[in-house]
Amino acid sequence: MSLELFLVIGAGLLAIGLFGALTQQSVVMLMMGLELMLNGVIVAAAAFWYYLAPASADGQVLIIVVITAMAVEMAMGFAVVTAIFRARDVDMTDMAADLKE
Amino acid sequence: MLSAVLAWVFGALALVAGALVFRLDSMAKVTFALLASFLFAAGEVLLLGLGYLGVVIVLMMVMEMVIMVVFMIMYMMNPAGLMPMAMFHNTRGSATIAGGVFIALTAGIFLVDWPERAGRAPADSTLALGESLMGGQMLTMMTLGLALFATIVSSVVLATHRGRYDRFGDDLRADHPDDPIPGGVGR
Repeated sequence: MSLELFLVIGAGLLAIGLFGALTQQSVVMLMMGLELMLNGVIVAAAAFWYYLAPASADGQVLIIVVITAMAVEMAMGFAVVTAIFRARDVDMTDMAADLKE
Repeated sequence: MLSAVLAWVFGALALVAGALVFRLDSMAKVTFALLASFLFAAGEVLLLGLGYLGVVIVLMMVMEMVIMVVFMIMYMMNPAGLMPMAMFHNTRGSATIAGGVFIALTAGIFLVDWPERAGRAPADSTLALGESLMGGQMLTMMTLGLALFATIVSSVVLATHRGRYDRFGDDLRADHPDDPIPGGVGR
């Protein structure tokens, strides 16, 4: 085990999540990409805590913050999808693009 | 030695499961692929000595993905994967960006001269986390609590079908709310 191994795994998860967040047309699938990106941050934060600063709990606190962000993202994401779907029968990012106008 | 092998195996499986999320057809399978990726990542966290956080990730993600699969089947056109369809856009550009980000991050990981390990891990990492959250990081904990409460209120407001203008009219001065199903307190 080494710091680099865990960071590469985290970077891989972040890149896969980024690919999904950029390519997916469905809002729900887009949220899955965002969650994968946060998953990579969790692995990296745990590795930073273990290999660089185990004496302080900052790495653990960062993981708590990321887990909370995941929960908030999912709850708000589904609420927004439900609201958009009710308002105009849309659950795809392309069709929701006219919201900006 | 065993933990090193497990770290490689869990890492590879987390990446494969993560990639499958955007490859599988069935939305139910997609959700469980994402769950598998989270569970393997939680395995990595457990290997790094963070027992409490690893178990929290496992429990939370199992619940979150079970809820997610319901939403996937509600909203997706092809929940069972019986009718394959492409739901991507700008695949090549996105792959370029994601690949570029991965290469840049990996280059940084191997080029940066990481500092030496400072200090020793506490005997009980969960106790250290609890003391930190209830002591030095109390502001973080309070902010998270406030954010979660705001999320509860906001998600209910967004997801509810009938707002106060639907129930009481435009000027909100109706004596009784106009609800399709009567009931509630005071009526």
